[in-house]
Amino acid sequence: MMTTDASTIGTAHNEEVEYSDTVAMQTFGFWLYLMSDLIIFATLFATFVVLGRNYANGPTGKELFDLPYLLGETLFLLFSSVTYGLVMLAVRDGRKKWVLTGLAVTFLLGLGFVSMEVNEFYGMVAEGHGPDISAFLSSFFTLVGTHGTHVTFGLIWMVVMMGQVAVKGLTIPVQSRLMRLSMFWHFLDIIWIGIFSIVYLMGVV
Amino acid sequence: MSQVPIDSIGVSRGSLRSYLTGFVLSLILTAIPFALVMSAAWSPGATLAAIFGAGIVQILVHLHYFLHLDTSSAARWNVLAMIFTLLIMILFVGGTLWIMYTLNYRMM
Repeated sequence: MMTTDASTIGTAHNEEVEYSDTVAMQTFGFWLYLMSDLIIFATLFATFVVLGRNYANGPTGKELFDLPYLLGETLFLLFSSVTYGLVMLAVRDGRKKWVLTGLAVTFLLGLGFVSMEVNEFYGMVAEGHGPDISAFLSSFFTLVGTHGTHVTFGLIWMVVMMGQVAVKGLTIPVQSRLMRLSMFWHFLDIIWIGIFSIVYLMGVV
Repeated sequence: MSQVPIDSIGVSRGSLRSYLTGFVLSLILTAIPFALVMSAAWSPGATLAAIFGAGIVQILVHLHYFLHLDTSSAARWNVLAMIFTLLIMILFVGGTLWIMYTLNYRMM
């Protein structure tokens, strides 16, 4: 009887250690993915910096970019990064209701960002300033569009996680996924800093 | 369920204080370049330098306050992987710009 108890405790402890190891490995593996994603963005940034002043008699950034509008987009994404941070605090404290509320708020802020960006792209294409006009616009749509696609996939992931938290609760695998989504989300906000600085602000100066 | 694993990860040791500090710093570091560009108060060269500087500092703020990267042993491998990635990025971006500008110069 004693032996059984001891082995049960031993197993439970080992499981916890194994879980902890698994989560640490998953987190680090996802970090490596983010780093490879960073290289994709680096090449797109390099392309933009090389081609970004080749207007081919088309419009320039100064004519196209609306800075107050861009500031709105930026604030949406920044606010959503902070609310996702608060989600992770709620995860740590095991407050399921707050996790769901926080995810919903983060989702709406992210959706606000994507909607504004889609609206901006739509307006540009409708006015005849699509990606086929100049090298500047091709590289602009590729870089900013790739970031927007990432954010859109982050939003889909967020909906899935809201479902998982609601159905499964805050189990360790669910926590681990929420953790990775938080890394993805903060990472995309960091990429956006590069985009609004290099593409928009430097394009208007 | 146990809360142990999620706390043991290098990148998840946030607090309300760290998120709010990061948020306020980010707001300031976003406002500065936007204000400079919109008001056109400085010369283009100085404005470009300010945008670049504020961007770099804001990226560091996000890495520290939102992703919780630091020199602790828990985050060491994340930081090492990032430094390696930065090296590759410098080769990519720096090499591309060097080659393309030289090419452009010689074709003029």
